[in-house]
Amino acid sequence: MASKVVYSPRDPMLKKRDDFEDVLEERRRSGDLRYALRCYSPVLYKGPTTSKASELKTMVLQSDQLHYVVNQVSRESGVPLDDVQAEASVILEEMAHRLQLSTVRFFAFTLSKVFKAIFRSICVNEEGVQRLQQVVQEHPVVLLPSHRSYMDFLLMSYLMYTYDLPLPAIAAGMDFMGMKVVGEMLRMSGAFFIRRSFGGDKLYWAVFSEYVKTILRNGFAPLEFFLEGTRSRTSKSLTPKLGLLNIAMDPFLKGEVFDVSLVPVSISYERVLEETLYARELLGVPKPKESTSGLFKARRVLSEDYGSIHVYFGPPVSVRSLAEGRVNRSQFSLTPRHIPRRPSEDVHSFVNDAAYRLVRAQEENMVLKPWVLLASLLLQNQGAGQNRGVPLDELIQQAVWLRDLCRQFGAFLHWPDQIPSSEVVSSSLSLHGGLVRVSEDRVYLALEQEPHCSLTAEEELLSQAVVVLSCASYRNQVLHVFLRPALLAAAIHTASSSQKQEVYSSFLFLRNMFSNEFILCPGAAVQDFEEACYLLTKVGALHINQHEVLTAERGHRTLAFLTSILDPFLQGYQMVCSFLCEDATQALTERRFVPAVRAFIIKHLLKGRLRYPEVLSSDLQRNALAALLRLGAVQKVQGGEESGTLKVNRVMLNSLEDTLGGRLSTQKALRAHL
Amino acid sequence: MASNSCGGGSDRQMAAQHRLSVIAGHLQRPSGSNTAVLAAECKGQGSKPFVSSENRTVPRRRYKLSGMIIPGLKDWMENTFGATLQHKAAATPALNSSAVPPPTLNEAFVEELKSTGVPFSADAEDRVFRAHGHCLHEIFALREGKIGRVPDMVVWPNCHSDVVKIVELACKHNVCLIPYGGGTSVSSALECPPEETRSIISLDTSQMNRILWIDEKNLTAHIEAGIIGQDLENLLNESGYCTGHEPDSMEFSSLGGWVATRASGMKKNIYGNIEDLVIRIKMVTPQGVIEKSCQGPRMSTGPDIHHFIMGSEGTLGVITEVTMKIRPVPEYQKYGSVVFPNFEQGVACLREVARQRCAPASIRLMDNEQFKFGHALKPQVSSIFTSFLDGLKKFYITKFKGFDPNRLCVATLLFEGNREKVLQHEKQVYDIAAKFGGLAAGEDNGQRGYMLTFVIAYLRDLGMDYFVIGESFETSVPWDRVLDICRNVKARIIHECKDKGVQFPPLSTCRVTQTYDAGACVYFYFAFNYRGLSDPVHVYEQVEHAAREEILANGGSLSHHHGVGKLRKEWMREAVSSVGMGMLQSVKDYVDPNNIFGSRNLL
Repeated sequence: MASKVVYSPRDPMLKKRDDFEDVLEERRRSGDLRYALRCYSPVLYKGPTTSKASELKTMVLQSDQLHYVVNQVSRESGVPLDDVQAEASVILEEMAHRLQLSTVRFFAFTLSKVFKAIFRSICVNEEGVQRLQQVVQEHPVVLLPSHRSYMDFLLMSYLMYTYDLPLPAIAAGMDFMGMKVVGEMLRMSGAFFIRRSFGGDKLYWAVFSEYVKTILRNGFAPLEFFLEGTRSRTSKSLTPKLGLLNIAMDPFLKGEVFDVSLVPVSISYERVLEETLYARELLGVPKPKESTSGLFKARRVLSEDYGSIHVYFGPPVSVRSLAEGRVNRSQFSLTPRHIPRRPSEDVHSFVNDAAYRLVRAQEENMVLKPWVLLASLLLQNQGAGQNRGVPLDELIQQAVWLRDLCRQFGAFLHWPDQIPSSEVVSSSLSLHGGLVRVSEDRVYLALEQEPHCSLTAEEELLSQAVVVLSCASYRNQVLHVFLRPALLAAAIHTASSSQKQEVYSSFLFLRNMFSNEFILCPGAAVQDFEEACYLLTKVGALHINQHEVLTAERGHRTLAFLTSILDPFLQGYQMVCSFLCEDATQALTERRFVPAVRAFIIKHLLKGRLRYPEVLSSDLQRNALAALLRLGAVQKVQGGEESGTLKVNRVMLNSLEDTLGGRLSTQKALRAHL
Repeated sequence: MASNSCGGGSDRQMAAQHRLSVIAGHLQRPSGSNTAVLAAECKGQGSKPFVSSENRTVPRRRYKLSGMIIPGLKDWMENTFGATLQHKAAATPALNSSAVPPPTLNEAFVEELKSTGVPFSADAEDRVFRAHGHCLHEIFALREGKIGRVPDMVVWPNCHSDVVKIVELACKHNVCLIPYGGGTSVSSALECPPEETRSIISLDTSQMNRILWIDEKNLTAHIEAGIIGQDLENLLNESGYCTGHEPDSMEFSSLGGWVATRASGMKKNIYGNIEDLVIRIKMVTPQGVIEKSCQGPRMSTGPDIHHFIMGSEGTLGVITEVTMKIRPVPEYQKYGSVVFPNFEQGVACLREVARQRCAPASIRLMDNEQFKFGHALKPQVSSIFTSFLDGLKKFYITKFKGFDPNRLCVATLLFEGNREKVLQHEKQVYDIAAKFGGLAAGEDNGQRGYMLTFVIAYLRDLGMDYFVIGESFETSVPWDRVLDICRNVKARIIHECKDKGVQFPPLSTCRVTQTYDAGACVYFYFAFNYRGLSDPVHVYEQVEHAAREEILANGGSLSHHHGVGKLRKEWMREAVSSVGMGMLQSVKDYVDPNNIFGSRNLL
């Protein structure tokens, strides 16, 4: 183990975080119309700013960058220059936003009404807002909110308006354009639209990247996009997408601006609006296409209670300081800057690392509600028959234990200490009444259906899975707190001895296996290991000396909890492996993978060979496949008749499956991989 | 530098007197300590403008500004740096000879040197005088009376053959030679390497200051390399010629120094930089004398050996004689200036001027901060009418034309040639400027802009009296990066100062001073009030280091004309690649295997 890099343990308990204030409180006291019509005068970037959306378009169309690509495309395709130029302006027209204050005011009015109806409070760390106000004047700003709900960017703009901050230009997926009126309204409140995929389209890429860069360079408005690329259906942070971040860093790397400030924003919902929708989607009910009428059907949500939202504006991260010593910027001076170039190896890895760091920052500043602890506990103690669920007092006692563990691990937990724990628990349970039942002082997941219709076993399983997956999405919120210690706990569990070296290689294997599933910063294995060791030693669960990792007497409970929190994932990955070994046909393609593996898993669940319905999550299955592709256990056939089919390396899959199940030592497995 | 006499008489008499006192200083025990003169002079200049309104003048008559009252300077200093008259940092008044380490003399070398009849001295003041250039840390240390490793002896060769003898003796006795010209280095090139254990001899070329011949048919002159720039110009002017090479340091810097550092002159657009001006160079190296066999204007004889000499920074030998181009003194000279609404427009205009290849003898663009500084240096006007006129101009530019006084910037111009052509040229340039929103702003402003260049070096010394330290540094950069480099380096300086605990906002300003076909030379000025800092020079160095890193990151060069010396050595490999370093090293290894020219510059 190359433990030269020593993890410097800063006590996570001491992590300083700001206090929150409720924005809705003010809204409940004064009129919404007055608020929507109030004088809005945001602080502006100190540099030269263009304020008109039309000027912005002209700048993009006249830029050297675009001219170069237009010429290139025209030369390569033989299409006359003017036509390509015209095409470029059509693309830009389709993409660009048209910010109008009147629309923003309309949203300010309606959103105030909606928010007050469905949320108890919207809490914002005002110190973060003040930091943002500062930094907006200094440098171009990129807002990077977490993405859990459609609500996210409406909420962001709403807050920016409330705090007299410049309204952001938001990168939104093209699917919104389908909603005619709403799409246009979003456009007028600052959204610009990008196609979901435009892989080889040079012209599109040029217009798009130049548009984004022009916004940044000219301090037109803060740029806002979602690092995760799409809404996370599982509440786990998604592996960051690098495209937009690459573009956003470009003006700094090329010296066109002095610095760019990246502001991670963590938005946590006590109850996610799309909760069961996501679960259905993960189980294979296809995602409904966004349509305006669909949005109106969503009106019934207005009568429900969605608890509170916490928005945490993290400390701004300066791209300049991130790049210090990492990127040699003079490389960008050797070729004309307007000629598009693929980022070099070092730039790519720099952007990748930065993206992970930012997603980690989002995760760490997510506020956790007591319910996420309850969901974790309930998922682990489902019981069956008469003993289903957990007795309420036991649940309270366990929750308090878990709360303390969480805090020791540095979680950002909002557990109201002034209220008795029993009340905290019962109010959480009542908010999530759709997912849990309390009867005869036992708490259990609401898995049973009303017996009014007869369901097939499979249908019943799927409807139970909806509840389990919904619950799991809350548990997933806390996963990032436990992830590293849990990997260590699982490593200890699977390692053949307590030798530190052995445990480490086991840890390394699991970390590698799950790096598509969870946010694990590339190249930080040693650091993660040290952190896990530090935390588990701190809570007295482990004794670690020079050579050995030993479980402490009172550590069993902690370790058992940690291992079982990871167990569904371990089982799920094994399932995917055994599916590929046993059931995969010759013609299996990536598209047909999910339905096929789902059918396989349903079979196993029904036969009782698998305990966890959450393995049905297509997210988990896809991540597992991605990991196997990365490790080379599965290969995608390129070209030829079988193009796109998956070729399976059975030997390797078998050994991976055995290693995950603890039946094979990691040392051997690692060797097998090489 | 040593001339404090303020008598009347013509400029020529003044210059002669000045030379005499310098020479006297070399030959005998100087009448006053040179270092003290340096410091005292700053004070003399510095304190006077502040003490009483009657005496707020610049002494001596060397500059157009001499004797004039500068009413705006005090306010500018206070507003820009937060410097006040109450806070003064006194310099050590005179050199304390006991602070100078005793010389390590190589007796055998000294003995043989005596027999050659070349004058020399091991006097403390002579040695200290030649131990430094004009970097901030060097001057600061002198003011504090701190003296590190200094040369052990100074020799004054009188001609090429004297140099040959000295170099031979140095090789024979293994002593270290550091050539000394005008002492205006700003790259720590004159600093004696502290690790040098041999006796260090400073070879002062100041006595080799004659024009040996002028060839009017070919328009060339053969000149000894120790001549000081201003003297060279004055002497050539007597015959109706000039070299046209006018670096900002020309009052003090020498021809040999120009060649050794690849100097650049203000009027390079007409006359060229030093590499364009030089026809033949004679240099004495430990391996013998290197020179070309003819005066052909261009040769294809492999890599140009002159390019090993130019920029060698005293590491290969002593440049003794140079044949360079001369031109007839221009019949007409005209200053000019243009005000632009902002720096971006100004740069765009300069770029266009360069594209059309119609740059006047000199064209420079000052940013807003520097414009304000230039404004502060405006002398008190003589009549109510002029001041009324000034007010009117200001009104016209800021109110009528809508220029923002905090964004506008000014370009200064200098045209040279025959009258008709100058006027024609002037019109062409002003027409281009107008396309970029530029307004002609008069000859006065232009002339004052050029003066600023000379004054700024003195002002630094004045500033030091009031806890303000500063320095300038330069780079060259392609056109498309000019704006970015200016903005980023200036911002980096401010950022770093804040980071390093500087209490007051620093002055961070820049100027585009030269235009080329493919890029420009940019000058940065940077100064801050160091009250409250325990080690201001260290802070200063950290900031300058960061600024240089920023320059390189933004595609700027390591140096346009100041050279590398020891100050910028650490970036040399990055700048020229490892193979490039190897090439230079192998030249050094062949020419000077025993490192007789041991200044350790460049490599």
